[in-house]
Amino acid sequence: MAQADSSHDSSYARSIELPPDQVFRNLQNAKRFAIDIGGSLAKLAYYTTVQTKRAHFSGVEKDQRASDSPLYEVTEQEETRERLHFVKFETKYIEQCLDFVKQNLIESKDQIEGKVIKATGGGAYKYKDIITSKLGLEVEKEDEMTCLIKGSNFLLRNIPDEAFSYVRHAASSYQFQACEPNIFPYLLVNIGSGVSIVKVESEDKCERIGGTAMGGGTFWGLGSLLTKAKGFDELLKLAVKGDHRNVDMLVRDIYGGAYSALALPEDLLASSFGKTARNSLEKGDEVPYSEEDIAKSLLHMISNGIGQIACLYANLHKIKKVYFGGYFIRGQPVTMNTITFAINYWSKGEVQALFLRHEGYLGAIGAFLKGAEEDDTLKYQWGENYAGSSGLSSPPPYMSFVTRGRSSTFDMLELDKLDRPLVYLPSLVCPTAYHPDVVDLTKDAEAREYWLDCFEEALDRVAECALKSQPNSVDAVERAEQFKDKYRKRLHGLRSQPFAYGSLTVRSLLDTREHCLNEFSFADPYSQVKQQENELALKLLGKRLQQLSAMNWYGRQVALIEGVLAGNVFDYGAKEVTALMDKNAEFGFHDAMAKLQGRPWLIDNLDEWIERLKGAPHELAVIFVDNSGADIVLGIFPFVRELLKRGTNVILSANSKPALNDITHSELMIVTERVAELDPDISLAVTEGRLQLLESGGASPCLDLSRVDHVLAKSCKQADLLIFEGMGRAVHTNLQAQFTCESLKLAVLKNKWLANRLGGEVFSVMCKYEPGSKQSSDPNPPDEV
Amino acid sequence: MEHNMDSQRVSETEKKRPATPPMPWSGVDIGGTLVKLVYFEPTDFINAEQEYEAEVETLRTIRHYLTSNTAYGKSGIRDVHLTIKDFKIHGRTGNLHFIRFPTIDMPAFLQLVKSKNLSSVADKICATGGGAYKFAEDVREIVNMKLEKYDELDCLISGIHFIDSKIPNECYYWGNVDPFNSEACEKIPYDFRDPYPYLVVNIGSGVSVLSVKSQTDFKRVSGTSLGGGTFLGLCCLLTGCQTFEEAIELAEVGDHTKVDKLVRDIYGGDYDRLHLPGSTVASSFGHMNVPEKRESVSKNDLARATLVTITNNIGSIARMCALNEGIERIVFVGNFLRVNPLSMKLLSYAMEYWSQGALKALFLEHEGYFGAVGALMQLMKMENGETSQS
Repeated sequence: MAQADSSHDSSYARSIELPPDQVFRNLQNAKRFAIDIGGSLAKLAYYTTVQTKRAHFSGVEKDQRASDSPLYEVTEQEETRERLHFVKFETKYIEQCLDFVKQNLIESKDQIEGKVIKATGGGAYKYKDIITSKLGLEVEKEDEMTCLIKGSNFLLRNIPDEAFSYVRHAASSYQFQACEPNIFPYLLVNIGSGVSIVKVESEDKCERIGGTAMGGGTFWGLGSLLTKAKGFDELLKLAVKGDHRNVDMLVRDIYGGAYSALALPEDLLASSFGKTARNSLEKGDEVPYSEEDIAKSLLHMISNGIGQIACLYANLHKIKKVYFGGYFIRGQPVTMNTITFAINYWSKGEVQALFLRHEGYLGAIGAFLKGAEEDDTLKYQWGENYAGSSGLSSPPPYMSFVTRGRSSTFDMLELDKLDRPLVYLPSLVCPTAYHPDVVDLTKDAEAREYWLDCFEEALDRVAECALKSQPNSVDAVERAEQFKDKYRKRLHGLRSQPFAYGSLTVRSLLDTREHCLNEFSFADPYSQVKQQENELALKLLGKRLQQLSAMNWYGRQVALIEGVLAGNVFDYGAKEVTALMDKNAEFGFHDAMAKLQGRPWLIDNLDEWIERLKGAPHELAVIFVDNSGADIVLGIFPFVRELLKRGTNVILSANSKPALNDITHSELMIVTERVAELDPDISLAVTEGRLQLLESGGASPCLDLSRVDHVLAKSCKQADLLIFEGMGRAVHTNLQAQFTCESLKLAVLKNKWLANRLGGEVFSVMCKYEPGSKQSSDPNPPDEV
Repeated sequence: MEHNMDSQRVSETEKKRPATPPMPWSGVDIGGTLVKLVYFEPTDFINAEQEYEAEVETLRTIRHYLTSNTAYGKSGIRDVHLTIKDFKIHGRTGNLHFIRFPTIDMPAFLQLVKSKNLSSVADKICATGGGAYKFAEDVREIVNMKLEKYDELDCLISGIHFIDSKIPNECYYWGNVDPFNSEACEKIPYDFRDPYPYLVVNIGSGVSVLSVKSQTDFKRVSGTSLGGGTFLGLCCLLTGCQTFEEAIELAEVGDHTKVDKLVRDIYGGDYDRLHLPGSTVASSFGHMNVPEKRESVSKNDLARATLVTITNNIGSIARMCALNEGIERIVFVGNFLRVNPLSMKLLSYAMEYWSQGALKALFLEHEGYFGAVGALMQLMKMENGETSQS
């Protein structure tokens, strides 16, 4: 890394004020630190524990229950979560930042005194004494390359949509890559002052296979000699405006056109800077190129050179994935574009140039993990906290560079430890091609506008609900406002930069909202609503079961599916439904049934499904359930009872954590107990273990089958039927997912816009039954499941 | 390759016009920066009388003009040290001359050709290089001759084989290469009789890399736009120099370590874990973003750094191509190497060091002229001057 250019920034540096609420959060609980000090940017990593609230449900024993007492008690409990914080700031602010950290390390000060801070990056040595004197920590230097690799393995494994390719003229220039069960092998090309190329074959095996001295330092150095640009960013700014054709000799300058015999197109670079030789100018000619042109030519020269060397190495080692990082790239569209062009050209499309959303944090993450317990990949998995993380903030391609405001000088990444290991669902056909989301709002501008509007409109209602869930809290009103403010700002940001947090999807919008609610201590805004719905539905279950028992076999099978669908109408997540329920407080199960589209449905495989039921019973059905209340109690349980009676074992999988009015695993446990009290078949099945409840691992109304709870995944290996219920699990996600076993996707399209888009109307029905593809490949390594 | 089968008398040659093209015998390679021309000067006239009888006035004028000068106009140069004496071709004996001038002087050259009335004795010029396409129209209009265009790679390879088969000691390598003691290096002849497979790295304005499996089996495997044109272009911008010779002279006494950031500048010494010696360049021009360092470097240092940057990059690409192709001998040619032992020694050292001695860098005395020789070979293939190209 190059040294910081400190000639013109000292006065500015002193004036910085840190907004303590936003950066360096939870510092008072910080336990361990690591730092990566580069020439221009420094990144501090620290580990904290944070207190969050969690809804707790306690059932009341049957004999202690009064007839009018509630089904279960909802209380909020404090919960400790583990969190990793990463903060990126300009190296010139390092002393101010260390001072700030020192002042705020109130509780942990004694704990960390005399301990070690892992440090990496070119500046680790330079700032060693300052760190020791300010924080009282002993600096332990870690190898830069090892840290980078550790960091990239960590990000690729833990963060969905971490990697993307850059395609300048596509609907979205940022094309995020689907997670892959196996991230190896890959090349990491780190473009700092020079370039290092590292081959990474596994968690423990990596090797620097080569590099080149022509890197960011060459661009910066030559650019400083040849233009008046002050600093790297100014040089890039010049390059964006330049035309390299005035400086470079192209194939057409030599051939007069294309060189068809070698398939060299006429605008291909033949000789970089070939036109700036004096003898190619007539005497007295004016110089036909500008500083901008020179900067652009320089950028092309360096990018092409790096691209070529990277491709030669990729080819030699037979590797298709090449990740680029380092300060030369730093998320700048112009650089990503030239690098991508070079890789495509040199590899003829065989090799893919990939970039990382959190590329700047690789070193800091690696240094933090080095020797830490958190490096245990089996024990620890992490998820990006959307509420506490900054997104990609690059300006749109080829537009003028945005001058960064002082408040955005800091960039943050927060990762929350997942409670349990999440793995791929084993029954996916072709897991490498699996993409949970059906519509990518990054690419689909019309859908993006619609959904962003939709989420913004729903904001007041969600905040209101959150408020109601904490009637006794003194600061709930304030927190609800903070939530609204934060989420609204995020929605606005996503309008202009939809790629900021990876692919924008309905799922990511929902997840971000949950994160923001949790951020302001609204653990489960719908807990009371869900409780009431569950109680109400349980009262109607007995009658419903009687009705069904009275039907003939065929009629009952139809009614059971219709029941699941009618139950699914009850959804506080859908604005059409909430409007309906607001209008009619008495809106009941039969009203819902009446709302359903008449057959044939939008997708109607009911006949195929019933035909299948005439055959041998399934061994094991796994049902991914949706909402509380009528949905689970009146829709799903009767259906489950029928499956059990056929001799099919059933696993009900609900979310591990709350999201909207979706039933959670702990709520489902209580509800199941009550249902068992009402129905002997269910009761017996629970006792015999034929009906099991397994949490999904999720905390979202949508379902990402590349990240499901490992216990559930293991059980799913035996499943010969998967059932996905509701829009979140069967329409927004997984609509096109293919499975190795039979699958049934059931949902009511409660959103008018989405229904129209799929060719239906609001309350159109989707009943999609698929026999399952025979090929099977468990994507998880044997020891993980 | 054709060999001189018989020893027909010259007078007969002229009278009966057998299977050889009419004089003058020459080939031209029009590159992005330089035009390279080879010219065969017959010297096998028995006496002055026969000489006069055998050669029409126009040819004689051209011959005298070319052979009595070593510089033409303001920019044409004859590389006298490369002249091949007693060269035998198609039953004739003579001297093979090597001439070059900048491509931007093509218009002046065409005027000269016109003034010497070349079209009265020949109707075509055999040419290769990009300019063979670019200037075809000009040649037809100005000198009323046809520019026969031949593939660059075919010409390059046939030129290398022809010269190498005819001339002893054409191929050599640098022995005792030591980056810290340039004086110790010496040119050592290399026996190139059984060369296959080998890699050709032709460094002109840009660079082409060819993999050669046999005389007829070869292909372009890579290339780079960072070549001699880049060296000169950057040197002109950085130092204000005017010519390639000037740029090389500047570079000879410069110190690139004041400009480049070395491994030892970052790690204080060798980077042992990665086996990188401290003297390895970590970042070309890596010191130059610092204003004080910019002020402390000379033009010589900048020229040297440019030379080292371009040369090392070419070396890396050549080495990787050799690995990918499974080839151990790399022949570097092209006019970037002219008067440039610095680059040759750097390339020699880099090939040897980074491959632990597995790769060998080879050089040829007529470094930049093989394309032009190849074009001449094409002319000699023509019977009665008929076009033989498809």
